[in-house]
Amino acid sequence: MNSHSVVRVVTKLLMPFIFIYALYVQFHGDFGPGGGFQAGVIFASGFVLYTLVFGLENARRVAPAWLTRTALGLGVLIFAGTGIASMIYGGLYLDYSALAHDPHHGQHLGILIVELGVGITVAAAMISLFLVFAGQDKDD
Amino acid sequence: MFMLATALAIVRLRNLFASAMLTGIYSLLAASLFVVMDAVDVAFTEAAVGAGISMVLFLGTLALVKGKDRASRPKDVLPLIVAIATGAVLLYGTLDMPSYGDPNAPIHHHVADLYLDEGGSETGVPNIVTVVLASYRGYDTLGETTVVFTAAIAVMLLLGRARRRPRKNGKKIDAIDPEAPV
Repeated sequence: MNSHSVVRVVTKLLMPFIFIYALYVQFHGDFGPGGGFQAGVIFASGFVLYTLVFGLENARRVAPAWLTRTALGLGVLIFAGTGIASMIYGGLYLDYSALAHDPHHGQHLGILIVELGVGITVAAAMISLFLVFAGQDKDD
Repeated sequence: MFMLATALAIVRLRNLFASAMLTGIYSLLAASLFVVMDAVDVAFTEAAVGAGISMVLFLGTLALVKGKDRASRPKDVLPLIVAIATGAVLLYGTLDMPSYGDPNAPIHHHVADLYLDEGGSETGVPNIVTVVLASYRGYDTLGETTVVFTAAIAVMLLLGRARRRPRKNGKKIDAIDPEAPV
């Protein structure tokens, strides 16, 4: 796709908006539709677009294998860690009310962190799936 | 209904590229159906995952395999009979179900009342769907995240190894590595 300058320019223009939209869906999930899962997929789709237009080599430079793999596990750890944190603060596992003095704030905080964990894992999973798939045709 | 036509077309078509495209269209139609049913969060997911990512993965797979399905014309009618019979039994089963949107249906009165009445005041978060997913059903969502994690690991184990090995010695070898731990 190196010769398609229109595609390249439009992609460059669109990328920030896709990522900002993903973050909006991520952190606005308590108020509107959306949440970690959708945000992760939107984030990954922005990345897929980048890979399609600018090639696998550039994409791997942005998201090397160690980064996506670390992020993959990190998301689950954030989720599970929130549960343990709420136990440390004296609540039950994944009982976010214990995270702050006010139960409402605790719930807000807990949901936000947990959704972040979901988002990180889903985005990393989708990105690494796509990159692994896209890297296949290299051997033949 | 558009969805029915799309599904039939997917089955009929032998060109896998067109089938993949139609699958995306089917997901998009399903997403609009969910919007009509006021399930915006589900529609969001369906549009992003079904119409977006999974279609890209389909196309990625198609790049690796041949784009045409083998024209197979099975002659036996037994699978057709089994399918029709199962469908008829399932349809018969739905006759006993409460009609769609019936506020008195049992499923709306198990814990849903509590979620809807208390969800907002207990957590202070306006989107009940998020509250149920992340707070009341936190264990389920943790499990789902783990499933996504495990699936990604599995795919990387299956495909990632086959890609890396041939690069080292420059010639193509089998995907099955005898030294790999099972």
